Amino acid sequence: MTSLKNKYFWAGIRAEFPLLIGVFPFGMIYGALAIEAGLSAVEAQMMSPIVFAGSAQFITTQLIKNTAPGFVIVLTIAVVNLRHMLYSASLAPYLASLPTRWKALLSYLLTDEAYAPSIIHYEINKLQPESHWFMLGAGLALWAIWMFSTATGILLGAAIPDSWSLDFALPLTFIAMVVPALKTRPAIAAALTAGGTALATYALPYKLGLLIAALAGIIVGTLLENKTVGARLSGDS
Amino acid sequence: MNIWLIMALGGLITFGTRFSLIYLFGKFHIPEIMRKALHYVPPAVLSAIVFPELFLREGALSFSLENHRLLAGLIAIVAAWVSRNTFATILAGMIALFLLQFFGA
Repeated sequence: MTSLKNKYFWAGIRAEFPLLIGVFPFGMIYGALAIEAGLSAVEAQMMSPIVFAGSAQFITTQLIKNTAPGFVIVLTIAVVNLRHMLYSASLAPYLASLPTRWKALLSYLLTDEAYAPSIIHYEINKLQPESHWFMLGAGLALWAIWMFSTATGILLGAAIPDSWSLDFALPLTFIAMVVPALKTRPAIAAALTAGGTALATYALPYKLGLLIAALAGIIVGTLLENKTVGARLSGDS
Repeated sequence: MNIWLIMALGGLITFGTRFSLIYLFGKFHIPEIMRKALHYVPPAVLSAIVFPELFLREGALSFSLENHRLLAGLIAIVAAWVSRNTFATILAGMIALFLLQFFGA
């Protein structure tokens, strides 16, 4: 059993690796911006494990710089993180049999970048004994790099030049994960609808465009699947 | 409000959002259509993240060939489709972007 846990844990870290390349510059930029916004080094560093959500931390830093009232900042964090409810719903069936402490630990680690490889792993391999160690590996790898890159940003500033375009590794990894998963027409339609809606709603603040786009894609995919199945059942496909 | 209090509340809300449905799952009956819908979360969310990364340049939509990230992204999509391999996809996209930035206008 131990070797099985090991296997999944390392597989999770390996799957996370390309995302780490893209996350590192973001962590540095966050650290540098937090200092610039007037947070102390300890506050800037500690926000990373306490909040542990990249976009929420960026926006918090910006709002602190603008001296926004505390309740506005907290509400903003809530709105920015609404999309995580979708991740929570989508992973829930696979984590259902785990003890609550595992559910809590994996929930704490549930960022965009831990969600993506974990859900793709579950969708491809289905639920296997001990496969939650995959998500633990992916989540902890990201956690460690987020803490380390925050510290680097606090100490050195955002020292990686933009022209290196390391941040592009993030969308590329998501492409590498999503394209092979587009095996059915409803899935392709869901992806294109979500992508198109995201472009149409990009001007909305607080990641609301992302949330609306994801919901639109999910609805279109589900409706099309039902329609296809319905047509098959009534024999006119 | 004290910065530490803001961070603590922000952290609790973030955790609560992530934990919510993982915790509640199985405590309620989930209709079949919702279960089906859950399978469209990954393609929908990932595309909603990727599209703006490719099409948005400096806060505006750019469909032109001068948008290097769009071209490099399209090359990566083809690479992903053909190779079904994460490493090959990232390598193709990164090399494409470097070459476009180096030789492009």
